[in-house]
Amino acid sequence: MELSGAEIIIECLKAEGVDYVFGYPGGAVLHIYDAFYNQDDVKHILVRHEQGATHAADGYARSTGKPGVVLVTSGPGATNAVTGIATAYMDSIPMIVITGQVPKHLIGNDAFQEVDSVGITRPIVKHNFLINDVNDIATTFKKAFYVATTGRPGPVVIDIPKDITAEKIAFEYPSTIEMRSYNPTVKGHNGQIRRAVDLIKSAERPMIYSGGGVILGNGSEQLRTFTRSLGYPITQTLMGLGAFPATDPLSLGMLGMHGTYEANMGMHHCDVLVAIGARFDDRVTGNLEKFCPDAKIIHIDVDPASISKNVKVDIPIVGEVAPILNAINKELAGSAELTNKGAIEKWWAQINEWRAQECLKYDRSSDIIKPQFVVEELYKATNGEAFITSDVGQHQMFAAQYYGFDRPRQWINSGGLGTMGFGLPAAMGVQLAHPGEMVGCITGESSIQMCIQELSTCLQYSLPLKIINLNNGYMGMVRQWQEFFYEKRYAMSYFDALPDFVAVAESYGHIGIKVEKPADVRPALDEAFKQKDRLVFLDFITDREENVYPMIPAGAGLNEMILV
Amino acid sequence: MVYEVDNTEAVEMKHIISILLENEAGALSRVAGLFSARAYNIESLTVAPTDDPSLSRMTLVTTGTDEIVEQVCKQLNKLIDVVKLVNLTDDAHVERELILIKVKAENEQRDEVKRIVDIFNGHVIDMTDSTYTLEVTGDSEKIDAVLKALESITMLEVVRSGQLGMGRGNKGMV
Repeated sequence: MELSGAEIIIECLKAEGVDYVFGYPGGAVLHIYDAFYNQDDVKHILVRHEQGATHAADGYARSTGKPGVVLVTSGPGATNAVTGIATAYMDSIPMIVITGQVPKHLIGNDAFQEVDSVGITRPIVKHNFLINDVNDIATTFKKAFYVATTGRPGPVVIDIPKDITAEKIAFEYPSTIEMRSYNPTVKGHNGQIRRAVDLIKSAERPMIYSGGGVILGNGSEQLRTFTRSLGYPITQTLMGLGAFPATDPLSLGMLGMHGTYEANMGMHHCDVLVAIGARFDDRVTGNLEKFCPDAKIIHIDVDPASISKNVKVDIPIVGEVAPILNAINKELAGSAELTNKGAIEKWWAQINEWRAQECLKYDRSSDIIKPQFVVEELYKATNGEAFITSDVGQHQMFAAQYYGFDRPRQWINSGGLGTMGFGLPAAMGVQLAHPGEMVGCITGESSIQMCIQELSTCLQYSLPLKIINLNNGYMGMVRQWQEFFYEKRYAMSYFDALPDFVAVAESYGHIGIKVEKPADVRPALDEAFKQKDRLVFLDFITDREENVYPMIPAGAGLNEMILV
Repeated sequence: MVYEVDNTEAVEMKHIISILLENEAGALSRVAGLFSARAYNIESLTVAPTDDPSLSRMTLVTTGTDEIVEQVCKQLNKLIDVVKLVNLTDDAHVERELILIKVKAENEQRDEVKRIVDIFNGHVIDMTDSTYTLEVTGDSEKIDAVLKALESITMLEVVRSGQLGMGRGNKGMV
């Protein structure tokens, strides 16, 4: 039987086990939408803006490990998706973005809604394709899913001219694919693994520094075994939170610009650093010249280009985190008792001194709502079990610092690109993938307005999200930097005309609650989570000028933190 | 390359890199785009299909410290269209570049130009009453030397191919 290009696209998605596609129709993809109309296997979620589609697919991917799928039209459909594609690219999230294109004979003619989607997205995708022939659709989809989900994952764009989606051919989906130019490394080099184990065993002041790669590579179990069998301290990046439980005493919390004092001091003074699925981002290292001055560094990463990019390492191991940690754990289990026990005890005593600084303390007696307090109460109200998405800014840091994430894929935020507007649509993707689970979006009054139109999508698909709006009237992180570095000249960081968020929520058909007193925080949260089938928008009026502490100022080393 | 740990000092050096890539639309712009996006230098770049029409062979000359060039190679290798990459710089290899020069050649200058071309084993491949078009091949130093030798002659047009490179020895790149 012959199928149209559009029907073939649906068949490809089915063959890849896709259950949701996030999209928005338009001229160039109408054949594809027509094919959606005739089937129920792949469900389509209609967003209100293409950026929302990409973030929703992204949230779906981050919370499940499966690739998120997006379908948008040519021209503005594709350009609106660009922010979301770049967001996924920076955090290595597997995503397939299908963009419609004008018919082949019009390409290059400045046709209506024509844009060079492949050209525009080239620097922000792992790879992209322009399909020229209906016969190439199936193999291209097979390649796209393979590339997006293997090695260091990332978004892949498939641009499809409209005429191709109407042509009919016999359909066959390839069961396997081979690409001579793409063979990601899986297993680590045995010699390197043995060298790493020797160094790990001889450490006197070790630190484990793990990142988002552990979550992407499903290496959380292996990381727990590794860390606990050694009893070494571990710190996690913003992207890595949850891979190792925050509640475990070995966890020193997050590191970097707004990391904990004990994590950053531990990094600075360690003699052996084990970096796992982390990429030495500038928000983590601070001043590179002052970074880990005494440490021998082991770096496990699936991407060879991440090795020695910012920081020169001593023992690189290229490959997937899970099999490499398995091999290391096996070596450790088979080796003699560690002889560095005394040194490690001394090291922990030092770390506990740093811990005693209680760098995350804040004024709990305030009669104004502190943003940190809201996050702590949210943790209690949800028993620490909710999926939490965030937008970008102060609230994102408060969420990372005060909600202790105990499982991988529980904490979903835009770390690399830092995209305001990410939180709400991402939470939609999470909720669709996990019906019945608690999903909270910690946001601020500035970020939430960047994709607030998705409240309408939430009503259409009955997504009972809980939106925790930390409303201080400022773009908080911008204001904080202006306070510190621009002598409080608050240029354009204050909104003079904020909407009534309760009314906004209600006009979209949801429940809105405004909370102004600390005593009302917990009851409001409890009330919100009681609403199992309704979205509740909680507008917390918080301390206007609270800052995120501790902080490493630009140019400083990890040992030069500003505490409260 | 991945496991190399070098301790050389941060000196900027010229590197010649050979790349086999899929002969597909957009492959060239992926390579060129990578250089501009990551602020790497590109001195010259030549590309054309090989005996296998599904593959293109590119020779790329870049300058940078060893660390930067290592990153350049890793980032290039990451591109899905790149099938194979070799940094020819440190191993024995041959390099060739071709230059075409249109010069003013009138009266006694006609003999002078012809002599220079002969010295560099080049050819006059086109002529008019008042001009010669010259062709010279060689490594970059030789090409630079030709240009220097012709300094006193009025050059109307100069086009260089950029360098081509190939490793010495009995092995091919694939």
